[in-house]
Amino acid sequence: MTERNIFIYIAVTALTTNLVRVLPLLLLKERITNRFVRSFFHYVPYITLSVMTFPAIMETTSPAIGLATLAIGVTCAWKGMGMLAVSLVCCICVFLSQLL
Amino acid sequence: MSQSGQNIFLQGVRDGIPIAACYFAVSFSMGIVARNAGLVPATGFLCSLFTRASAGEFGAYTLFAANASYMAVIVMCVVVNLRYLLMSATITQKLPPDIGLFQKILVGCCMTDEVYGISIAYKGCLQPKYTYGAMSVAGVMWAAGTASGIAAGNSLPADIVSALGVALYGMFISIVVTAARKHWKLTVAVTVACLLSWICSVCPVVRNIDNGTRTMILTVIVSLLFAWLLPASVEVDDSKVTGEHD
Repeated sequence: MTERNIFIYIAVTALTTNLVRVLPLLLLKERITNRFVRSFFHYVPYITLSVMTFPAIMETTSPAIGLATLAIGVTCAWKGMGMLAVSLVCCICVFLSQLL
Repeated sequence: MSQSGQNIFLQGVRDGIPIAACYFAVSFSMGIVARNAGLVPATGFLCSLFTRASAGEFGAYTLFAANASYMAVIVMCVVVNLRYLLMSATITQKLPPDIGLFQKILVGCCMTDEVYGISIAYKGCLQPKYTYGAMSVAGVMWAAGTASGIAAGNSLPADIVSALGVALYGMFISIVVTAARKHWKLTVAVTVACLLSWICSVCPVVRNIDNGTRTMILTVIVSLLFAWLLPASVEVDDSKVTGEHD
């Protein structure tokens, strides 16, 4: 097996990832006016983040703790708490649950 | 009167600080994986600074550790990061129409889930300086967290590491809920997405698809469905491009 160079690995990872990010900005030139397409673009970010969070959050420790953390996090955010605060609350939930 | 460039940059820095704190916590736990792939703090710092992707880097370090081919790394990076195609495509709609090529490339490179999240929430047209401000703190802390994680190795207790690992989800919850509580349509869409996501994770066959690909497929399907069923009333105006529900 050939021993591979860590710097080439890093370069490949960084270049590929950033290329995926930049390409649409270079290719899409027009403002989209179609209501359907604009609605689609509006939903995308929130749907992606939701799908990434659930059910993955249940795999961090146990499903019950994950669900409880999610419920508490959602409640805090709904009440208007900021990003850092919600994150901290979630971390504390998981940490405390492990002490039980 | 329009805000000066410096102010916009500083505003980005300010909004980037909570992201940076989360990034540090998350990339710290990722550093432990990177260490097992043979990275030292310096190489970990470099890789994280220039890549800035959570799932992508996790996947990459696993492949480095397995001495996988460069082609495998490329394929993994494209598949896991496909959602950035969608994010960048939506951000084109938010940028001022007269923006130059160099700025487009820079803004594109700043697209991580969270920096994208606050950029899309920016009032009116997105000023690139805002995104740069946020990324300047968030990117450095992401890299610093990875380096620290590699340096600390497995010396941290497991319960602290798993507590830190949930920081990322806390951040996602905050972005989604803050938007959803203002728009009922979004609340419905997000709830349905979570339900489908859960079903896909337990269903035979579908559950074997890797997480990155599943995220991508579900995002496209659910977003198309809701764009069709509950189209958001989105303004089309170059001076103020925002997505708003009824």
